[in-house]
Amino acid sequence: MISEQPKIRKLPPGSLESKGQRFPHNRPHLLFYRVMRRREFLILSAASIGGVLVYSLDRKVFRLSAQTKRSVRIPLRFFTQSEALIVAAAASRIFPSDEAGPGAREAGVAVYIDQQLAGPWGRDRYRYTQGPFEENSPREFGYQGSATPQQIYRQTLKDLTGFDRLASGDQDQKLKQIEGTLFFSLLRQNTIEGMFSDPIHGGNVDMVGWQLIGFPGPRMSNYDDIDKHFGEAFHPKPVSLHQATGRKVRPSEDLE
Amino acid sequence: MKILPSVDVLIVGGGWTGLLMAKELGSRTALSVVVLERGGPRKTDDYGDDMDELDYTIRLRMMQDVSQETVTLRHDLSQRAFPLRQHGSFLPGSGVGGAGEHWSAVCPRYLPDCFELLSRSIEKYGSKRLPEDHAIQDWGVTYDELEPHYTRADLLLGISGKAGNIRGKQIEGGNIFEGWRSAEYPTPPTKIPYFSSMFAEAAKSLGYHPYPVPAATTSRAYTNPDGVSRPGCTYCGYCETFGCMIGAKSQPTNTLLPVIEKRKNVSIRTGAWVRRIVHDESENKGRARGVMYIDANGREVFQPAELIFLASWTLNNTRLLLLSGVGKAYDPATGKGTLGRNLTHQVSFSAATAFFERPLNRFMGSGASGIMLSDLDGDLFEHSNLPFLRGGTLAARSARSLPISECGVIPKSVKTTWGSEWKKAALYYYDRAGRISFSGEHLAYKENYMDLDPVYKDHFGDPLLRLTLDWRENERKMADYVIAKAVELAREMGAKEVTPFSGLRSYDGTRYQSSHIQGGVIMGSSSERSVVNPYLQHWQLSNLFVLGASSFPQNASANPTPTILALTYRTGDAIVNRYLKNPGALA
Repeated sequence: MISEQPKIRKLPPGSLESKGQRFPHNRPHLLFYRVMRRREFLILSAASIGGVLVYSLDRKVFRLSAQTKRSVRIPLRFFTQSEALIVAAAASRIFPSDEAGPGAREAGVAVYIDQQLAGPWGRDRYRYTQGPFEENSPREFGYQGSATPQQIYRQTLKDLTGFDRLASGDQDQKLKQIEGTLFFSLLRQNTIEGMFSDPIHGGNVDMVGWQLIGFPGPRMSNYDDIDKHFGEAFHPKPVSLHQATGRKVRPSEDLE
Repeated sequence: MKILPSVDVLIVGGGWTGLLMAKELGSRTALSVVVLERGGPRKTDDYGDDMDELDYTIRLRMMQDVSQETVTLRHDLSQRAFPLRQHGSFLPGSGVGGAGEHWSAVCPRYLPDCFELLSRSIEKYGSKRLPEDHAIQDWGVTYDELEPHYTRADLLLGISGKAGNIRGKQIEGGNIFEGWRSAEYPTPPTKIPYFSSMFAEAAKSLGYHPYPVPAATTSRAYTNPDGVSRPGCTYCGYCETFGCMIGAKSQPTNTLLPVIEKRKNVSIRTGAWVRRIVHDESENKGRARGVMYIDANGREVFQPAELIFLASWTLNNTRLLLLSGVGKAYDPATGKGTLGRNLTHQVSFSAATAFFERPLNRFMGSGASGIMLSDLDGDLFEHSNLPFLRGGTLAARSARSLPISECGVIPKSVKTTWGSEWKKAALYYYDRAGRISFSGEHLAYKENYMDLDPVYKDHFGDPLLRLTLDWRENERKMADYVIAKAVELAREMGAKEVTPFSGLRSYDGTRYQSSHIQGGVIMGSSSERSVVNPYLQHWQLSNLFVLGASSFPQNASANPTPTILALTYRTGDAIVNRYLKNPGALA
């Protein structure tokens, strides 16, 4: 076979994946462009947000455990600090830290959402965005409006100023009022994603979500176990994608 | 426009059908074969780090780029259509291998009477029993004619399963209702997870005939007749929306590419987005001359060819023919024209979600490992007192158990969707919920069809494809019937709570159903009512063949890939044995 894979000078048509493979790995500084430009940080004591996975500017990962006393500056890619605090507070009402175990705070859900919003998903890269738009279309056609996730978050967070300083009961009341909104359904979905996606995406720190739910992550083989353990929980220790493959995997939010 | 030298064979699309035809013609003839694929290149090694639910199942990294091109949907002729702005009810793939890379690999054959649905139904029930607005047709090919090609597909993929009917002899443990097969499956059934084995027991005690799901996630290492070897499945659970990192799941890149790569007469051109089929316009004597495409660098290219195969994803086949003005577009008002008619989508839903007290360890499995039953399929059960025709299969598979997708599948008795009480239930039930899924037939109707959208365009400015599609009473009543049966099965399995599917209302473009949306370029024995003949050859342009499920006149309950491959093999034979010796109409 002759493979006629062309030398590409501009974005080719086709899958997102094919574009992803062409990311300029030799120019890692591009990765930090938005971070550097924004100069917004979430300043927290680690104890207030739980264990947090932090990327330093040279892309080394270090983790601050919940016990650490010192405070951290988490570089934000999209949120302002006050927005991040509101989102962290709201996410932890959706998936609370309680007697059933750790929640959105410990998993670093706010950091996850920040990275998603700054990436292609937040900019609506995964949606058909040509008009005409229609705000009130029937449900079976999906969201037909023009707002991007970035715009939906930013707009609603303005109305939620001060939310993070409310008592938890008042926070719940406030969230009940907006339960039917597109913002809330995005926030709820993003919270679940931040709890249970691979730690490369910035949430699920220490695989805390997977430990909670009894999911072992990308386990390469269940051949010897699939027809055993009938009726009893079989919960191997979770492994992350990086641990399972030994490879550095680049998440989609860093690709384009 | 850049004009390239002519090639013997040009194939548009590098998925299952395009690469199978490239393999067949590339190895059985010395013709020069070029495959145009609009996505990127792929190989098994690319899948080593794809086990990431967020990027692959939620952000759908392997699918067509919906920001560039999507379809629009309306429920009937009077509505305005809306674009499906995000992938929803089906998932078209992109890149070499196409949707054959991210599939679940469920591989049953169609029931024999599906190929003669119109004549068999009238024979048995008279034409009055058929819905007034139906458009169902016979295929122009019978199961008996197709069986040898089904067997070749089984061997190509190394399908795992248990035969229930070898040359008419019924075999316990297999699907005793299936059409005859000339041989046992190439590999034994996959291992069966806990939830599926509970389903098998319950089904037996209720008098059904459960059998292992035929799976192209092979149960053990296998070498096919082309000498291509693949390892056995390790039940990692990352099948649907993922490429298989070890190649146990048969995919075009691990099953067909290894053969194609050795052939110097075949080339694959990626990043080539075909926009038009260029053809001569003359009644009945037409000829396709080549295709116009945009290459990876944005240049317009004309590639002439002697023989052209349209082998893109089903809906894209219809769209490309409509954009090119090949054939006459179907008009539902007059019934004239054929291109775009008989749009169908396999009737698929989770008929019952069952909640148990004991954990199921659902993370272990493959997209196709499980148990299904055909007692309620086709015309295999008594319909005389039922308000619908045909049916489908119920199954308990281990697919789709990843935590983002499944966290929050909780019984109706829990009333909240967030907060502590919800969290507690979500954590508890995550591994205690299992789905009994239904796959059913979708009849064709006169007003379910495709044409070009008058408003919305793709990134090149070409009109999007518009789907006019909705369910009818036949599907709604069939759904209600099988939902009750699934609830009964779930109870028999010992479920503490069961959530039945809410039933079919309007066609929902946001709920993933299956990627088996079909028709538009249907096959048949009359040029008045079909676009291609039983060899998938265009009735008007005899050097143009249109492969894939776009040719299916109506939707059977089974997943389509084995049937697609069998039809492609049959066309390949007709090309090599007949067409090349005497180019012209094969029927």
